[in-house]
Amino acid sequence: MRVRVDGEEFVAEPGETVAAVLRGSGRDAWRTTRIEGRPRGLFCGIGVCFDCLVVVNGVRDVRACLRLVADGDDIRSQGWEEVPS
Amino acid sequence: MGGIESADVVVIGAGIIGAACAEALSAAGVRVLVLDRAAPAGATTASGEGNVLLSDKQPGPELELAKASRRRWPQLLDEVRELIGPDLAEVEWDPKGGLVVATGADEMGPLAALTAAQRAAGVEVEDLDAGQAREMEPHLTDQLAAVAHYPDDAQVQPVLATAALLAAVRARGGEVHGGVRADGLVTGRSGEVVGVRTGSDAIPCGAVVNACGPWAGHFSETIGAPIDVLPRRGVVLVTAPMPPFVRRKVYAADYVDAVASAEADLQSSAVVESTRSGTVLIGSSRQRVAFDDDLDVEVLRGLARGAIRLFPGLAAVPVMRAYGGFRPYTPDRLPVIGADARVPGLWHATGHEGAGVGLAAATGLLLADLYTGREPVVDPGPFRVDRPEVALEAGS
Amino acid sequence: MRRVVVVGAGPAGRAAAAATAAHGVEVVLVDSAPKLGGQYDRQDTRESGDRFALPSGVEYLPDSVVWAVEPAPGGHRVHVRTGPADSPERAGRALETRALVLATGAYDRSLPFPGWDLPGVYTAGAAQALAKSQGIAVGDRVIVAGTGPFLLPVATVLCSVGARVVAILEANDPVTGWMKRPGGAVAGWGKFGELARYSVLLGHHHVPMVRRSAVIAANGTDRLEAVIASRLDHDWNPVAHTERRFEVDAVAIGFGFTPQLELAVAARCDIEGGFVAVNAAQATSVPGVFAAGEITGIGGAELATHEGTIAGTAAAKLLGARVRVPFRAMRHVRSGRRFAAALQSAYPVRPGWKGWLRDDTLVCRCEEVPYGELRRAVGGLDIGGVRSLKLATRAGLGLCQGRVCGRNVAELAGLADAADGFSRRPVAAPVRLGELAEDTPVESER
Repeated sequence: MRVRVDGEEFVAEPGETVAAVLRGSGRDAWRTTRIEGRPRGLFCGIGVCFDCLVVVNGVRDVRACLRLVADGDDIRSQGWEEVPS
Repeated sequence: MGGIESADVVVIGAGIIGAACAEALSAAGVRVLVLDRAAPAGATTASGEGNVLLSDKQPGPELELAKASRRRWPQLLDEVRELIGPDLAEVEWDPKGGLVVATGADEMGPLAALTAAQRAAGVEVEDLDAGQAREMEPHLTDQLAAVAHYPDDAQVQPVLATAALLAAVRARGGEVHGGVRADGLVTGRSGEVVGVRTGSDAIPCGAVVNACGPWAGHFSETIGAPIDVLPRRGVVLVTAPMPPFVRRKVYAADYVDAVASAEADLQSSAVVESTRSGTVLIGSSRQRVAFDDDLDVEVLRGLARGAIRLFPGLAAVPVMRAYGGFRPYTPDRLPVIGADARVPGLWHATGHEGAGVGLAAATGLLLADLYTGREPVVDPGPFRVDRPEVALEAGS
Repeated sequence: MRRVVVVGAGPAGRAAAAATAAHGVEVVLVDSAPKLGGQYDRQDTRESGDRFALPSGVEYLPDSVVWAVEPAPGGHRVHVRTGPADSPERAGRALETRALVLATGAYDRSLPFPGWDLPGVYTAGAAQALAKSQGIAVGDRVIVAGTGPFLLPVATVLCSVGARVVAILEANDPVTGWMKRPGGAVAGWGKFGELARYSVLLGHHHVPMVRRSAVIAANGTDRLEAVIASRLDHDWNPVAHTERRFEVDAVAIGFGFTPQLELAVAARCDIEGGFVAVNAAQATSVPGVFAAGEITGIGGAELATHEGTIAGTAAAKLLGARVRVPFRAMRHVRSGRRFAAALQSAYPVRPGWKGWLRDDTLVCRCEEVPYGELRRAVGGLDIGGVRSLKLATRAGLGLCQGRVCGRNVAELAGLADAADGFSRRPVAAPVRLGELAEDTPVESER
């Protein structure tokens, strides 16, 4: 499977989580916090803490630790820039 | 009660209304003690969005109280800031304005009639065309029939506001005690209030203010001076924090009807606004279901649909929580503020339904005006306790 | 035929579903993961096939999250969304049932310390999940820290995926602790064997275990570079001049477990001591609602399995099946609970952790609330209840809804109503507004 991470193409295998793909791309943080702008990545790894949120195919707030990748997924790190109207 | 000997006035209920009454009384030099059976600002106040609105009021006594309150809030916050310092007085006051949106042609006429009447009553309202409305709220639906802008609508964080008002009460030597239940009154020879019973103790005082919100009806009954205040449930959905999306308070034109309705059945209409923390709050529902606070998915579904109708882009946004609360409802939809002639020394300040935060500043002032014999900030007549819609016969 | 709905496909939920089906009663097993297992038996999602088999009569709904439970005539309505995690395109179902079995499990408790929000700091559960389901090690050089026997399998699985576990820091002194509860130790004899096997494995990998020690700070600018460990006294206060720096790229922390109570709270089940109260038939205080596994007390997979068997049997009986009383499972549960109680007393969380915090240490990761701000709200504004504390400080109001910080914040603020106050989440999992707006036909019991 092929997926894009912040515009760059990577190969993924079925059953991999988005978090695993992100780590495979060399990242251990992919979200920026709202107040302090701090980097966050995996923390609890099982869907409890919501630290690992990521944008998948234009949809924000997807837990990277839970979501399995699908072929062609467009994965982007999540920040606080205004949504275009 | 460690340290409390007595007070001039005991305020029962440490929600926004109790806090505002206590603040205004203490500012007038009255020695005040505030009791709450639980924690301050933990019930109705904690469930509120913090609306300080003119837009949802039809001309009449409530609008007059709302106008006085809207004028009073910034002054009150300035005075409190002076007293307790800027850190504790930071209550997220935001005069952000409100938009009332008619999405269907059938809503245009009623909205035009409402705005005309409000203008005549001195409310500032601006008619917007679709282009102007979307300039103010870029994510608003393009299905716009008519939009009215109310620049004076504002918001305040209700828990912080209550805490700040109570801090001011303390700064003036008053006391606030959470976890203390008022079980009843102690009355004197001619039936007048001489104290409040709390368990096996009694706190001597000259007057009591019933500011128990939706529980005010129950409390008034236990002390033999019943008033008709009932709980009306509301539910709010809270989204995940998101980048700026909604700037003002935006609601559907049918909201005003739902607010004014006396129906016990579910009334639902869309109210959408963002908070400083980036979440979007979605209301509003009104349902008389006593104190039942079970989740009702149908109510949530109605809220979600209404919000998406106003802001289609919200469909992809996660809801992270829903919370319910109980508003104090009166049969004639007006608050009860004033002395209860049946029990000398007993006062009530309740029945504001969903507008308590907005109306709190003037309610506190009005109560203190009446208590001290000052010129009242608004005509107290419509809010008096002995009106037939509200005063019940003891034992009924 | 009516049906039982079981939520959670860990050891307890699977056993419950199997026991119900064995009595010829229809059962729906709902689980949020793509594969059976829960946290304890987590499977590798990259491998095809399934290690576990379910008996016929079980309708298994993987990738399915229960986001709400509401009362319905005679029972409960369970609202489910099925599809890829957090996708707005999941399909909705609303299942009505007279017999609901909650087996929603638990997750690691983490305690805050300076720097715990740096990437590279993980919960022990994260380290285990990533290793088991994806074959990934959270780091090359890892420290495992916290308390409880669960740290051993975590360290073991980390070794198995190629990490070098520099040390296991156990904040308690379990040897002393176990001695106090000989009855519980005997009850958990089987567990001792399991733990002994982990110890042998870790010995092979030269992983030292240091008792009365903890990671009290993490250093780094944008990611973890090193941790500071310290010896602790009995109450977990750091012992002066015992600090030691470890250069590691990951730390996995676990201080016991927090049960996932939101569905039980939504169903209005009584909570006692932080867990769902159940009787010998695993029935909660609410008629038609049963609970099994870690939400009734932390006791491990074996106890959870037996509880699940009892709950599933009781649920089948409630729906009219003739059942045999599961005496064997009930006997195991009695001894298992003794072991669990002993475990709790051997590995408590002691109050000294509060002294690890600085004013700028985040207590709530989601809303980035520092400890100093929490103290200001509690002291300066005199805010006393969970609800008003949350609204005044925003601690617990972020996306995790207090799952990570709730217990810690309640302890720091000295609030008694902690478990209930922070576990009240009527929306038990996030759903998109568009999903919520969708019409979902109710599948009532036939």
